[in-house]
Amino acid sequence: MTMANTETQVPMTPELTIATPKHHVVIFAVLLGLLLIAPFVLYPVFLMKVLCFALFASALNLLLGYGGLLSFGHAAFFGSASYIAAHAAKVWGLTPELAILLGTGAGALLGLGIGSLAIRRQGIYFAMVTLAFAQMVFFFALQAPFTGGEDGIQAVPRGRLFGLIDLSNDLTLYFVVLLIVFGGLMLIYRIIHSPFGQVLKAIRDNEPRSVSLGYKVNRYKLAVFVMSATLAGLAGATKAIVFQLASLTDVYWTMSGEVVLMTLLGGMGTIFGPFVGAGLIVTMENYFAGFGAWVTVLQGVVFVITVLLFREGIIGVIARWTKKPL
Amino acid sequence: MTFTKGLLLSAALILTAAPALAETAVKIGVLNDRSGIYADLSGEGSVIAARMAVEDFDAASKGISVDIVSADHQNKPDIASNIARQWYDTDGVDLIVDVPTSSAAFAVSDITKEKNKVFMNSGAGSADLTGAKCSPNTIHWTYDTWALAHGTGNAMVASGAKKWFFITADYAFGQSLEKDTAAVVTAAGGEVVGAVKHPFPGTDFSSYLLQAQSSGAQVIGLANAGGDTVNTIKQAAEFGITQAGQSLAGLLIFITDIHALGLETAQGLVLTEAFYWDLNDQTREWSARFAEQNGGKMPTMVHAGVYASVLHYLKAVEATGGKDSAAVIAKMKELPADDPLFGKGEVRADGRVTHDMYLFKVKAPGDSKGPWDYYETLATIPAAEAFRPLADGGCPLVN
Amino acid sequence: MFELLGIPPQALFGQLLLGLINGSFYALLSLGLAVIFGLLNIINFAHGAQYMMGAFVAWMLMTYFGVGYWWALLLVPIAVGATGIVIERLMISRLYNLDHLYGLLLTFGLALIIQGLFRNQYGVSGLPYTIPAELSGGTNLGFMFLPNYRGWVVFASLVVCLATWFAIEKTRLGAYLRAATENPTLVGAFGINVPRLITLTYGFGVALAALAGVLAAPIYSVNPNMGADLIIVVFAVVVIGGMGSILGAIVTGFGLGIVEGLTRVFYPEGSAVVIFVIMAIVLLVKPAGLFGRTA
Repeated sequence: MTMANTETQVPMTPELTIATPKHHVVIFAVLLGLLLIAPFVLYPVFLMKVLCFALFASALNLLLGYGGLLSFGHAAFFGSASYIAAHAAKVWGLTPELAILLGTGAGALLGLGIGSLAIRRQGIYFAMVTLAFAQMVFFFALQAPFTGGEDGIQAVPRGRLFGLIDLSNDLTLYFVVLLIVFGGLMLIYRIIHSPFGQVLKAIRDNEPRSVSLGYKVNRYKLAVFVMSATLAGLAGATKAIVFQLASLTDVYWTMSGEVVLMTLLGGMGTIFGPFVGAGLIVTMENYFAGFGAWVTVLQGVVFVITVLLFREGIIGVIARWTKKPL
Repeated sequence: MTFTKGLLLSAALILTAAPALAETAVKIGVLNDRSGIYADLSGEGSVIAARMAVEDFDAASKGISVDIVSADHQNKPDIASNIARQWYDTDGVDLIVDVPTSSAAFAVSDITKEKNKVFMNSGAGSADLTGAKCSPNTIHWTYDTWALAHGTGNAMVASGAKKWFFITADYAFGQSLEKDTAAVVTAAGGEVVGAVKHPFPGTDFSSYLLQAQSSGAQVIGLANAGGDTVNTIKQAAEFGITQAGQSLAGLLIFITDIHALGLETAQGLVLTEAFYWDLNDQTREWSARFAEQNGGKMPTMVHAGVYASVLHYLKAVEATGGKDSAAVIAKMKELPADDPLFGKGEVRADGRVTHDMYLFKVKAPGDSKGPWDYYETLATIPAAEAFRPLADGGCPLVN
Repeated sequence: MFELLGIPPQALFGQLLLGLINGSFYALLSLGLAVIFGLLNIINFAHGAQYMMGAFVAWMLMTYFGVGYWWALLLVPIAVGATGIVIERLMISRLYNLDHLYGLLLTFGLALIIQGLFRNQYGVSGLPYTIPAELSGGTNLGFMFLPNYRGWVVFASLVVCLATWFAIEKTRLGAYLRAATENPTLVGAFGINVPRLITLTYGFGVALAALAGVLAAPIYSVNPNMGADLIIVVFAVVVIGGMGSILGAIVTGFGLGIVEGLTRVFYPEGSAVVIFVIMAIVLLVKPAGLFGRTA
């Protein structure tokens, strides 16, 4: 059973070429423009948090919205990449770009390991296997001495990018993070709008038929799982450098739940949905931080309303109105 | 430089050199747990304590305007770090107080050093805060694991309880508390017959209590805190541990825990604290005022520590005439600590504040005259002995 | 006296018994989950929150109405089960024709709401609930001192589990239920009110969770987080036992309690995770679970 969004009423115009629709280019340009001026208006560290989570949610969306696989353990990749990057920057003294690369690599490897085992099952079992493995990663993070247990890895140096650019300035770091996140988003866009992406959507919509057409379905699923895990790792590693901290929160299962919420709220299977979802959830958390448990209640309410009424998510609804794929 | 420029420059210099009668605006952030396991021992009570300090000091008449903000760090270092960073960067906070949970305290200490502000901790326990991880911008009030370990550990071994078994919360604080207490016990001639680490937080301790029972220990040392300690003690009562002859040593207990447990279950517990509302006339007077604002609940030592630290900070601000972090901290270490709650003490070079600590025993229900009348004082540990010697901490600030 | 890996047998038996006691909670909770999933194909993530509600309502009955433990055992499941029925009617029933995972997400959201509301109201420090006088004290079994209340918990769980299993597998009502999940249209054509059957079943599953909550109230502290970390473990139990199998849930629940108890003796730090390792292994070797039938 896959999470096919059978209610999207986007017209199924057959496409002979997979050219980038013009409206997508416009949206990307506008988004980039807004993000370039944003740090002069809003607190850059807050914006960087939004960006990192936008990438994380987009990575999950690749797996969930386009691959049709619900992973309830994505925090494992986000968090372990976070720890590896933090350790690399602090203890091994690597420059931030190397630390982030290492963290991303860790996410990829873990994705390969977990994915190859989880892919054997479908639907709810798949989700439960990912959850089980994520809990094991959490346990490992809790026990392993290098992760610092409850303390986490603190005082991670931001360092100098390529040994040249000092990242302790929030504004400089912001533009670096923007580059990374936007790059990741472009990559996801490219993956989706490619022959690979088309096959993926076919598998999501009707797996038996794809098998009968001769596609090696498991290989595609594993590939998208690893891609998703890698990008989640990239988000985690970047976050560790920005906040100079890697902690157990990053590997805990509620983090997996939160990113699912962001994707769902923004719109599964849309390009810009996760971005919007991440922005909204992070803003909400920030705003309600002083109110203690009301954040949890609000998240729950958003979950319930979205599942009952707005399954397509915000961008999904907009896409339906404008009759253009977003 | 032209004449006009010179005139303007001089005017600017004169205006900025105006006498310090101008208002110093200070913003204090109370960062603690407002919704989790430590919400009762810190939480809103710390905000009340901070406000009382500002009023009692009469900051307004001394030209200091104080603004107090608060936030919930949910006992997580990442949330604490984010809030601290945002407070320092965009909200203009000068001083952060309280911060229970050692992992959060370390995070705030790092950010405070980076942004060159002031951090006065009252809630966290790890002695590393003034030891290996000390910082020139951090001052540690109230208690730490070394003081607790020495207080309770020495007292119990002296009373004949030589064989110890530890039930430890498996995280940095619990481990350091166990390590410190074990060192004290062995140094005093006792013996550690076993130890077990439980996941933090835990719910069911029956298995560990059973192991403690079969170990033949005379004392079961509880190297955990908050809800974990309360649950362990409750379940120990259920399994008849104390009836069978073993005693429990709560290595970190607050009066709110005793209130939650009830005297029936908690009686006989020996513990070390830095403050008790019923200690003397001054503490009684202050606590009565505090309880009025706190829904009738008496203050914990953490609340008292917040009051004392804010008071000391304001004294330093008044003395230096400004809020420059380095100057204020230097002044705080120069001035002796003196307040109605902790009495006289010293702010050391490593950031540790020394004051008397007290060994208490929880009363039997029959001996208590009413709610919150829970402790009888067994001993007073003088400030000079209560805390780790300055040279032993491994703090780079100490030369 | 022989020693097994350094642990004397007395201590071992004690730990096994404790594990059995914990296992009875797992069994009771996973029973409710298995009923709901096995028969309704709904993944009830709110189960932990409903368990917590059970404990809280018992506490409220005691504190505000002076209603004692024995009445609570009866009233609380009914009350919380009723809220379950309301949830099912209003929200969950709309999702039946969609992918099961939406049900998971909905109940996940509900769990967040319920837990958040209780946390705001009651904080996180536990609320006291005393063991009823008839069950206090304990018996010295020689190898350990067993509190009477804990013995009662095992007994009550076993009775409820077996009764439920019997009702579902061996009675006509149970047969209707099982048939209705396999082919609701056909069963409806026989004149059985299938939606009502489903609603009541969900309510029953929730009531089981609430019952576990009442049983837990005197020994674990009554606090809003008591269900949160438990729910993941219970999921693992259900998955291992086989998501459609009632017997599987019961056996696995008790079994895993024992395994956890043993782990606490030999490697306590791992006691929280041993269940997930087992779940991963079972899922990879026998995905339908130990007792499950492949869908």
